[in-house]
Amino acid sequence: MAAEKRAYFPVGWLPYALVAPQLAITLVFFMWPASQAIWQSLLIQDAFGLNVEFVGLLNFRELFADPYYINSFKVTAIFSVTMTVAALGVALVLAACCDYLIRGVQVYQTLLIWPYAVAPVVAAVLWSFIFNPTLGILTYALHTWFGVTWNHMLNGNQALTLIIIAAGWKQISYNFLFFLAGMQAIPKSLIEAAAIDGAGPFRRFMTVVLPLISPTTFFLLVVNIVYAFFDTFGVIDATTQGGPGQATQVLVYKVFKDGFMGGDLGGSAAQSVVLMVIVMGLTVVQFRYIERKVKY
Amino acid sequence: MSEVSIRNVFKSFGAVKVIQGISMDVANGEFVVLVGPSGCGKSTLLRMVAGLESITSGEIAIGGRVVNNVEPKDRDIAMVFQNYALYPHKSVYENMAYGLRIRGLPKAEIETLVQRAAATLELTELLKRSPRELSGGQRQRVAMGRAIVRQPAVFLFDEPLSNLDAKLRVQMRAELQALHRRLETTTLYVTHDQVEAMTLAERMLVMNQGRTEQIGAPLEVYTRPATTFVAGFIGSPPMNLIPGRIDAGGGALVTAGGETVRLPLAVPALGGREVLLGVRPEHLETCDPAAALLTPDINFVELLGSDSLVYGYLGADKRGVRLAARLHATSTRAHDGALPLRFEPENLHVFDPATGRRIEV
Repeated sequence: MAAEKRAYFPVGWLPYALVAPQLAITLVFFMWPASQAIWQSLLIQDAFGLNVEFVGLLNFRELFADPYYINSFKVTAIFSVTMTVAALGVALVLAACCDYLIRGVQVYQTLLIWPYAVAPVVAAVLWSFIFNPTLGILTYALHTWFGVTWNHMLNGNQALTLIIIAAGWKQISYNFLFFLAGMQAIPKSLIEAAAIDGAGPFRRFMTVVLPLISPTTFFLLVVNIVYAFFDTFGVIDATTQGGPGQATQVLVYKVFKDGFMGGDLGGSAAQSVVLMVIVMGLTVVQFRYIERKVKY
Repeated sequence: MSEVSIRNVFKSFGAVKVIQGISMDVANGEFVVLVGPSGCGKSTLLRMVAGLESITSGEIAIGGRVVNNVEPKDRDIAMVFQNYALYPHKSVYENMAYGLRIRGLPKAEIETLVQRAAATLELTELLKRSPRELSGGQRQRVAMGRAIVRQPAVFLFDEPLSNLDAKLRVQMRAELQALHRRLETTTLYVTHDQVEAMTLAERMLVMNQGRTEQIGAPLEVYTRPATTFVAGFIGSPPMNLIPGRIDAGGGALVTAGGETVRLPLAVPALGGREVLLGVRPEHLETCDPAAALLTPDINFVELLGSDSLVYGYLGADKRGVRLAARLHATSTRAHDGALPLRFEPENLHVFDPATGRRIEV
């Protein structure tokens, strides 16, 4: 790549004009709020903005001394790891089954994509209906068949399980699509060669298919973690609102709660900055390792 | 070591009939080439032997055991694919060891077998590399190594040389031959390249549109093609086929345009019959006008150095029968326009125009 020859053209104003709208959007909607957040994280102000004081890193020091914030980290970790593993695992199994099929792949594929079209908040509302402690059909089934009393409004673990299901459900569709595409890109002769070499379907999957789709898996891993970290606000707001207690208080939700409901703008901004650093870290990982592609 | 029997095998994909009743017995240790134009069903037939395609009707037996419903892994075969199908995430060593590992061989034995196969194919230096670091010819050899390391009863090759450049193909062809002489494993080899078929085969099965055209040793197929299809497919340029009617005495052929081709031997039995007369371009030679059997009008010459390809028409206008002749480079220079040509009696072929089948003379 280093020795690649490029063609250079004399540039006028046109390239700048073409890039300008994108740059303007980035500056106004991303860079400006981000810099505001960083600035605000160094301040303490009262809820009405009458009294503002520069405090340096005090907000951050307080944050990491706060047991609720540390708890929020733990909840986020459990939530995102479980959701990612579950969504990837289920999608992988579905894709493998679909790839093994000869007829009707299109039908399954289409049906399995549908959940992705459902907005996260709507999905969350649907799932909280299904698991509603008094009306929910699964609540009823769990109680009758397994003797489990489901009440995510009281039971923290159940609440966490609910948001994992609600947030992960639509991710399965997305992951499934990528996995299936990855599997179908593997030359058929490789699978046939493995079959002639004596490997059964399961062994072929473990020793040939899985290693060859590892770039896809890695990509999805990052995307799912980012989703679990940052895009699940709606799901939580529509179902548990961080409760019961602190049981589903993930980082993004805590930013909202402390800032807009608790009125602690400086602390909330400090939390945003911490989240920004995490996103940057994930992005670096993604760009550094995602470029590994399998060559056939 | 074992033999392969293909008994009246049919294959359909839905309404499309790909293989329409092929039978052949491949002897133990024999090298058989399946040859035909693309789409003739030769690869499908090979894949049916491998167990990668189901058999619509008929039977395939390997080593006396009918394998119609036997999984590929239990057929004791190894296959080399056109695109090599090497596992890109495994080293050369692991590619070759994969099948042995699955069979649960002890580590030491796998090591011995892989090393031996690698030595045979001169791959020892490359064992640690990954397939993407190899050239086309090396990948081809690894694919072969993966096949021979398991010491299967039957080798199946699906156009293994078609992704290589011309020079490498000639070299690999020779290596394949040497390998077969050493291992003496029953081999089925699919190709659309008639040169590969002629040079590699002990016997060949010429296929067209899912049917057998001819089964025989290469030289036999060349000297006595069973049908006009084989006559056109084997040999380059293809055999000249001149339609016409044998005259009453059986000494000449008269074309629809009224041109006459004298026959080098009289065929009174065929007197008055419509036939296709066949003679290969390389069997035509220049001669005195008095001794000429046919005198085409030459309009195009390709100089190849060692010899020349001469094209012309039998008949004054260009609506006549097109002819090709492979002549010595020196003998064409003097000739332009009408060129008197002759051929030996043993090089005369006669075919039935309705069925395309050979008529013995």
